[in-house]
Amino acid sequence: MSARVFVPGDSSALSVGADAVARAIAREAAARGVEVEIVRTGSRGLFWLEPLVEVESARGRVGYGPVAPADAAALFDAGFLNGGDHRKRLGLVAEIPYLARQQRLVFARCGLVDPLSIEDYRAHGGLKGLARALALRPESIVDEIVASGLRGRGGAGFPTGIKWGAVASVRSDQKYIVCNADEGDSGTFADRMLMEGDPFLVIEGMAIASLAVGADKGYVYIRSEYPHAYDVFSRALDCARAAGVIGASLMGASHAFDIEARLGAGAYVCGEETSMLESLEGKRGEVRVKPPLPAVSGLFGKPTVINNMLSFASAPWILEHGSQAYAEYGVGRSLGSQPFQLAGNVRFGGLVELAFGPTLRQLVEDFGGGTRSGRPIRAVQVGGPLGAYFPAALLDTALDYEAMTRAGGLLGHGGVVVFDDTVDMARQARFAFAFCAKESCGKCTPCRIGSTRGAETIDRIIAGQDRETNVALVRDLCEVMTDGSLCALGGLVALPVLSALDHFGEDFVKARRLGAAAE
Amino acid sequence: MAAAAAFDAQLARDIVDRRKSVPGALLPILHDLQTAFGYVDDAAIPILAESLNLSKAEVLGVVSFYHDFRRAPAHGRVLRLCRAESCQALGCEDLVAHLAERHGLAPDAQADSRGLRIESVYCLGNCALSPAALIDGEPVGRLDRDALDRLVAGADRGPV
Repeated sequence: MSARVFVPGDSSALSVGADAVARAIAREAAARGVEVEIVRTGSRGLFWLEPLVEVESARGRVGYGPVAPADAAALFDAGFLNGGDHRKRLGLVAEIPYLARQQRLVFARCGLVDPLSIEDYRAHGGLKGLARALALRPESIVDEIVASGLRGRGGAGFPTGIKWGAVASVRSDQKYIVCNADEGDSGTFADRMLMEGDPFLVIEGMAIASLAVGADKGYVYIRSEYPHAYDVFSRALDCARAAGVIGASLMGASHAFDIEARLGAGAYVCGEETSMLESLEGKRGEVRVKPPLPAVSGLFGKPTVINNMLSFASAPWILEHGSQAYAEYGVGRSLGSQPFQLAGNVRFGGLVELAFGPTLRQLVEDFGGGTRSGRPIRAVQVGGPLGAYFPAALLDTALDYEAMTRAGGLLGHGGVVVFDDTVDMARQARFAFAFCAKESCGKCTPCRIGSTRGAETIDRIIAGQDRETNVALVRDLCEVMTDGSLCALGGLVALPVLSALDHFGEDFVKARRLGAAAE
Repeated sequence: MAAAAAFDAQLARDIVDRRKSVPGALLPILHDLQTAFGYVDDAAIPILAESLNLSKAEVLGVVSFYHDFRRAPAHGRVLRLCRAESCQALGCEDLVAHLAERHGLAPDAQADSRGLRIESVYCLGNCALSPAALIDGEPVGRLDRDALDRLVAGADRGPV
C-alpha cells in the first residue's frame, strides 16, 4: 500500500503555493522510487500554516506546515511519510490547540476528505442526515429544524425551520430550493471553504430541504469571484448525480431533486435574497419589494426556500444527531454553532467554528493571537461591510445574535476583520458609503442617492468643513437610509458609519488628523 | 486561460442557441459569450434579444448592471486586486499607490503597453491571507510590493 499524503486544493492554500508543493512531493517521490498517493483536500482553515501537508499515521494525521516546494527533499529525508521529525512538523493535526478547542459540527470533515469522493464522504459519516430525513414525514423534518433553533446564517437570523414550514404549507406545482453562495462580505470565506472542501454537505442539506418542502429543483448561486469554488462545486454536483444521491431519484427514493450551480457576475447586492432571485431569472439584480415573501412567490414566482449555504450545511448534522443535541450548543436564542471567520490584520487567521457565545476577545486574541503587524488592536469589524466597528474597549462583547444587536452591531455571516492602530476610521466610514454607492442596485432612493451624498459629506468632514453641521447631516442621513431603504445594503450602512463616528470620533476631527499624520 | 477568439456573429448565435431554453438563461449565456470572446460585443445584444424574446434595452440593462461583463475586448494579463476591508487592514491601498507611483498603473484603466490591467475587486474570500489577488484567475495571498514588481516585470512575457 502506498503512503497517502494530503495537500489542500483550497484556493487560499493555492494562493500560497499548494499546487507547487503537491508537484514537488510527487517529483521527489518519483525520484526516490517511493509510491505516494497525493489526495487533494479542502483546508482545515488554519491558514497561517498553509500549505499544510498531512500524512496518515496509526494515531491520526500528522501535519507539516507551512511547507514550501523546496522542503520536499528534506521532508522525505526526515521520513515524513511515517510522521518523522522535521522543523515544520506540527504533530497530530487534530491536537493543534486552534483546532482542538473548536466545536466543529459543520466543518467536521472540511480539510479531512477528498471533496470529490462520495465514498470518502460516506466513510466520514456523510449522508446519514439525509438517510434519516428520507425515513421521516416532511412535517417531521420541518419540526426537527424548528426545534433545533437553527437561524439563518446569512445575517438576518430568521428561524430556518419557520421558513421551511412556510414553503411546505403552500400548494404549488413547482417549488425551488435556492442556496445563497454569494459570499460577498469581506472577511468571510466559510462558504468558499465548504464548496472547495466538503461540497456534498451542502448538497445533502439542500436535499433535506427539498424533502421537507416538496421541491424538485435547486439552484446554488455562486459569486464569480470564486472561480475555483464554482469549478469544484460543479464537479461535486456531477459526482452526486452519478452516485444517485441527487437526480431523478434521491438515494433510491421516489423523490426527485436536482441542483444546478449558477455563476453570479460581480454584484454584491445579489447576496440579498430577492435580488438573487432576479439575477437567477436572468434579470438585473434589483431588490424586490416584500411582500410577497419568497416563501410564497420566489424564483419564477414559485414558492422558494432561500437560505445561506451555512444554514443548509447545518441541516445534515441536526437530522443525524437530533434537534436536542444541536440545541445544546449555544446560548439563549442563538443555538448551535457558528463558523466564525477570522481575518484582516491578525496573526492566526482562519476558520473558527464554535458554539454561539464566545467573546470577540476570545476570538481575536486567544485564537487570532493579536495583530499580524504586532501593533495594538484598534478596531474589529464584525459581519462584513455592513457590520459595526468595535473598539478595543468592547472586545468583551459576546458573539451571539442578541448580544451583537444590543451592542449596536450584527453577526452577519460571521466574518471578523481586525485592524491595528494605523487604521483611519474616517476613511473606513467613507469606504462604507462609497462601497454602498458602488454596489447599490438603484431601486430605492435612500440607498442610491444617500450613499453618494454620504461619501461626499464624510469628505467634507475629513477636509474640516463645518464639522458639527456635517456630522449632524451624516447622522440624519443614516437614519433616513436605515428607515427608508428597501434592503439591508442601504438599510445597514449606518452600522459601520455610526460605529466609526461613535467609537472613533477623534478620527473625524481635522486638527487631530493632521497631528496624527505628522507623527 | 485560453486566448479569446475574435467576435463572430455565427459563433455567438451558436452559443446563445445552446442554452436559450434554460430558465433564466441570460446570465449563463453572457458568461459563455465572455468566455468565448473575452467581452460581450454590442453585436451580440440584438442576437440575445431576439433569441430570448427580450427587448434590446432589457438585455443591455442586464449587461450593464453587472460589474463582470466587459463591453470591449480585453487584452493581456489581468491582476484582480482585492480592495475590501480585510485587505485594507493589511495595506492593499499602499499596494495600489505603489502600482501607480512605481509602475504608472492605475486600477480599472485600460491595459497599458505592457499588456497588464489592474481591476479592483471587493473580496476574493482569501481574507485570512490578505492582501489577496487573482492573477489571470490564479489566487495569490499575502501579496506584497515585491510580488507586484515581479508581476509587472514579467507582464510582457505573457502568462507564466
